[in-house]
Amino acid sequence: MAVDAGAKLDVQKIRADFAYLEERVNGKPWAFLDSAASSQKPRQVLDAMREYYEHSYANVHRGVYTLAERATAAYEGAREKARAFVNAGSHREVVFTRQATEAINLVAYSWGLNNLGPGDVVVVTELEHHSNYVPWQYVAKRTGATFRMLPLTDSGELQYDALDEIARDGQPRIVATNHVSNSLGTINDVARMAAWAHANGAIHICDAAQAAPHVAIDVQALGCDFLAFSAHKMLGPSGVGVLWGRAELLEQMEPFNLGGHMIRKVRFEETTWGELPHKFEAGTSPLAEAVGLGAAIDYLEEIGFEAIAEHEHELTAYALERLSEIPGVTLFGPPPERRAGIVSFDLAGIHPHDVAQILDLDGVAIRAGHHCCQPLMQKLGVAATNRASFYVYSTAEEVDRLVAGVERARSLFA
Amino acid sequence: MAFDQLYREVILDHYKNPRGHGVLEDADASAEGQNPLCGDEVAISIKFADDGDTIDDVKFEGRGCAISQASTSMLMEMVKGRRASEVAVLPKEELLDEVGIPLTPVRLKCAILGLGVLKVALHRAKGTPLPEEWSALANELEFNEGSAGA
Repeated sequence: MAVDAGAKLDVQKIRADFAYLEERVNGKPWAFLDSAASSQKPRQVLDAMREYYEHSYANVHRGVYTLAERATAAYEGAREKARAFVNAGSHREVVFTRQATEAINLVAYSWGLNNLGPGDVVVVTELEHHSNYVPWQYVAKRTGATFRMLPLTDSGELQYDALDEIARDGQPRIVATNHVSNSLGTINDVARMAAWAHANGAIHICDAAQAAPHVAIDVQALGCDFLAFSAHKMLGPSGVGVLWGRAELLEQMEPFNLGGHMIRKVRFEETTWGELPHKFEAGTSPLAEAVGLGAAIDYLEEIGFEAIAEHEHELTAYALERLSEIPGVTLFGPPPERRAGIVSFDLAGIHPHDVAQILDLDGVAIRAGHHCCQPLMQKLGVAATNRASFYVYSTAEEVDRLVAGVERARSLFA
Repeated sequence: MAFDQLYREVILDHYKNPRGHGVLEDADASAEGQNPLCGDEVAISIKFADDGDTIDDVKFEGRGCAISQASTSMLMEMVKGRRASEVAVLPKEELLDEVGIPLTPVRLKCAILGLGVLKVALHRAKGTPLPEEWSALANELEFNEGSAGA
């Protein structure tokens, strides 16, 4: 397992925890460079989920027997880990969802549909993943609010100084931005966006799906009102995510899903809602998945986010340097000091799908496509990009294999 | 799988030197389509001979991955001079045999994009319904009827 917090990350020790690295492709392990889409899972996470299913499983909260008590303690224990992970004030503010997308939809439907109207302005950015773009575009259309998009600079960073012009279009009510861009890796100044939102009478929702795997999250320091992330991008299982929201906002909001567990009292005439966070957790939750998320948080915190950031920064800087030496390569996004472990590039004359397929033949996995960011692709003037992304188990040798594969694609198409 | 199995010389040749590339003025039938997954685009225009059925000339324009563009280029050579009524029901296997490389489900959609566009154009011009197999794909791949031949 990983090294002590504060020390440098021991990548070989970490790699021993990941079973996918045991397979050999042409004599080499997979070079999995698509963690930004979804990360691989260490044994510790899978073991925690198996242990839960085998020895602590029952439905949670109302069972009076020992297994149900164990199941509830593990599930609520995972909530406490998630609370500490984002430095939230109370577990009441931590809602388990299916993933970041559902968390954002919860806010869009429960808060957006009931609080927006004509004259209001909904602000997103050109850098958003569709998950933090489409829900806001939709509720703006449904409510008659104005939908506006904060543009990017040529280096793929937000044009913060364009905000005030957007405010002239009406009353800003919600500002939706990601913390780290999934396409370009840009690290955005969320605290600045949240402060601007509050100064202009709006609330701020932060999509932290791409940040949570890489940087320590502190909702109090960021100053946002809602924050969403997914377990599957941070070594945890698919099927569970978290919405953190300010208790005073969550309390005022209508429920999102209706059904079992989220109620206080059900009568023919009327139903009243349960306490936070249960009001937003109708039905049986992703129980083992939440436990897996808790184990992933433990794993990451044992490595330490400073060590993770340093490791990714080294790989990103190295990849940018090596790729920039290849003729025909165009790199997108900001310099390495202002980006997370994501490198997006174009190779002249060769479609990203061809590049990705050629790399796959050599066991190198990258993503080719629009990365759920079609407005951004329009801005960059491309249909798609090649994207390599790095995580705790990535190595410089894998970057070398990426570079060799890109060279090979070039010579094949020359 | 080896590189040369997937990106055979003939595929790369069609990609770099597409056959039947361009747009036909006064086309009798046309259509365009794109694969939203990867942004491949193909537009095809067709001119019939005096018998109103023989494909006298056919051209395509497009951009995208090598598989989508090369397979459409091969398709141009395959259908020119054949009867539209025959090509409208051409099984996709005939094209895929010509392409001759193993394709994953994702790449299969790249390979048959051009054929789907061609079928939309021909069925529209003939006023016949697109076979079910292709209409499902048409929804997924965003085929549009071209302006010509309307």
